[in-house]
Amino acid sequence: MANPKTLYEKIWDAHVVERRDDGTCLVYIDRHLVHEVTSPQAFDALRANGRGVRRPDLTLAVPDHNLPTTARVDAAGHVLPIADPESANQLAALRSNTAEFGIRYIDATAPEQGIVHVIGPEQGFTLPGTTLVCGDSHTSAHGALGALAFGIGTSEVEHVLATQTLLLRQSKTMEVRVDGSLGYGVSPKDVILAIIGRIGAAGGTGYVIEFTGEVIRAMSVEGRLTVSNMSIEGGARAGLIAPDDTTFAYLRDRPMAPKGADWDQAVAWWRSLASDPGAAYDRTVTLDATYIAPSLTWGTSPEDVVAITGIVPDPESFADPSKRVAAQKSLDYMGLAAGTAMQDIPIEHVFIGSCTNSRIEDLRAAAAVVEGRHVADRIRQALVVPGSGLVKRQAEAEGLDRIFKEAGFQWREPGCSMCLAMNPDKVPAGERCASTSNRNFVGRQGPGSRTHLVSPAMAAAAAVTGKLTDVRELMASKS
Amino acid sequence: MDPVSQVSGRAYPWGAKNVDTDVIIPAHWLKTTSRKGLGRGAFETVRAEPGNLFDDPRYAGAPVLVAGENFGCGSSREHAAWALADMGVKAVIAPSFSDIFSGNAFKNGIVPVVLPQEAIDRLVEVAKTDEITVDLETMTVTTAYQDRFPFELDPFRRECLMRGLDEVGITLARDTAISNYEAGVAAARPWMLAGNGHEGVAVEGSGRT
Ligand code: SF4
Repeated sequence: MANPKTLYEKIWDAHVVERRDDGTCLVYIDRHLVHEVTSPQAFDALRANGRGVRRPDLTLAVPDHNLPTTARVDAAGHVLPIADPESANQLAALRSNTAEFGIRYIDATAPEQGIVHVIGPEQGFTLPGTTLVCGDSHTSAHGALGALAFGIGTSEVEHVLATQTLLLRQSKTMEVRVDGSLGYGVSPKDVILAIIGRIGAAGGTGYVIEFTGEVIRAMSVEGRLTVSNMSIEGGARAGLIAPDDTTFAYLRDRPMAPKGADWDQAVAWWRSLASDPGAAYDRTVTLDATYIAPSLTWGTSPEDVVAITGIVPDPESFADPSKRVAAQKSLDYMGLAAGTAMQDIPIEHVFIGSCTNSRIEDLRAAAAVVEGRHVADRIRQALVVPGSGLVKRQAEAEGLDRIFKEAGFQWREPGCSMCLAMNPDKVPAGERCASTSNRNFVGRQGPGSRTHLVSPAMAAAAAVTGKLTDVRELMASKS
Repeated sequence: MDPVSQVSGRAYPWGAKNVDTDVIIPAHWLKTTSRKGLGRGAFETVRAEPGNLFDDPRYAGAPVLVAGENFGCGSSREHAAWALADMGVKAVIAPSFSDIFSGNAFKNGIVPVVLPQEAIDRLVEVAKTDEITVDLETMTVTTAYQDRFPFELDPFRRECLMRGLDEVGITLARDTAISNYEAGVAAARPWMLAGNGHEGVAVEGSGRT
């Protein structure tokens, strides 16, 4: 092949409208997802400047961040009011802005409502080979289907609404190859935690990651979404996974996906997108999955990763002096002492949800651990928050809701929930949560909250034992 | 946006690594529908600590912030840039920035200056007593002590900053090129148009206004 290209380069080249002399490119955006938190100021700016939305047909809006996850309609079917006036105002603004500009809108009470990064793939709005943006950093998730997808700020939301393009510079490429096969009890979440532990929270800055290797190829689309979702925790604005038969089987017949002859034409193009043999990446990192254990975080950066069989590290053990200081601050905030076995750390809260881990497979994995067991007495809150109304219905059809409720979990309406402290679901100061979300930052789940990022199965295990637990032990005792 | 060519004055000598946007502005401040007033929520968790940098009168209103690697990581919230702008910060100097944050900073007239860790260590020391100057004309950071650290900026972004340009306006002027691109895609990949989906996906209003 004359000029072998990576997946990223192929998508990039297909979307450059114009290249400026200074190297900045005007890049076309095929899909734009909008939610209530990062869009009101963009719509206001459009109004203030007398500008319209260029392609409302390529834009899809849904509320998720602010929305309480308690019941949305009463027994008689009346929509219940939202208590927090600021949240209510922001949600109303999304509704009126989308109506004014003719943008497709999924209401909080619609069965398709859910977290923006769950519904994009689920509706077939996210397609391989497209450019997709959203005013949210976890837009990287959609790269799991081979879309070049990344988060943008509100000024860029305005830019896309007005012009359906962005001014961008081409990124560098990083291949993250995961060889081998996953061990017993090891999930896609553990894989991405291990990757971030390896490259660091800033390791992917300036790069678009392409995840490759046997382990990624063997994963379902749900698992790939978990991996690509957290590209941003490794500093990369976007992650990509080459579309393949697994992707096509997932997308076929999705409501917004192409149909009939269009579908066949689309698949033919999608197949041509995989990185060419011999295509060069600016950096390659390889991991052997055999060495990945169920993993979790101990500190306040997603790079603070350790195996569940490990211990809280000693800050003095880090070579980098600034990392030593950061680690000590993390331990103080987390209320942990160096040398403590991770499995000896008691918890008070469990959150199963977020755009990282709220799809049907995640709920199945958690339910399999929970079934026939009960949430430990010391647990104050154990939430299961499906990623969308469709995931919720599917789980109910499979009886998963019953398993969770009988075990003492709360079964909620879809939304971002306890992933970020912006709606009523929060972790109180000084209390500890095993969470399937993606960020363990200071105050992320509420002021003073302490977060350990885990897989759904690990969260379920922690819920039933009341402490951080190696899920493999519970799995073994069951069979 | 007002043009920026130089930022000069006191600087917060912070130097912290991996400062995430949840620290710059916690999520509960994001319920606003305005860009204004977010300075009150800036660094709320840091300010809860007695003796913190941001409430130290020596640095009150400082236009420069000196930080460690990976500044602005995490969420894409532009509220982080709005909060910094609202508290008067016009330049942040760090060894690296998250890609999304640096884009947001530029669009709000905040200069993200990348300098090596040695320069950061030096500037943290200087900032405790003296002023720092970031100059976009000469592309240098200087102090009263003969320190002179050259830095680089994307040429397009530098021009936007120095001339106070509106990117949306620049792109709207390229309407014909965008329309031509759209026509090309409609011919080559007609399936790229999004399908209509479920009934629950409502469309009200008329679209392009
Ligand atoms: S679930 Fe969490 S990470 Fe995902 S979009 Fe919502 S707030 Fe962001």
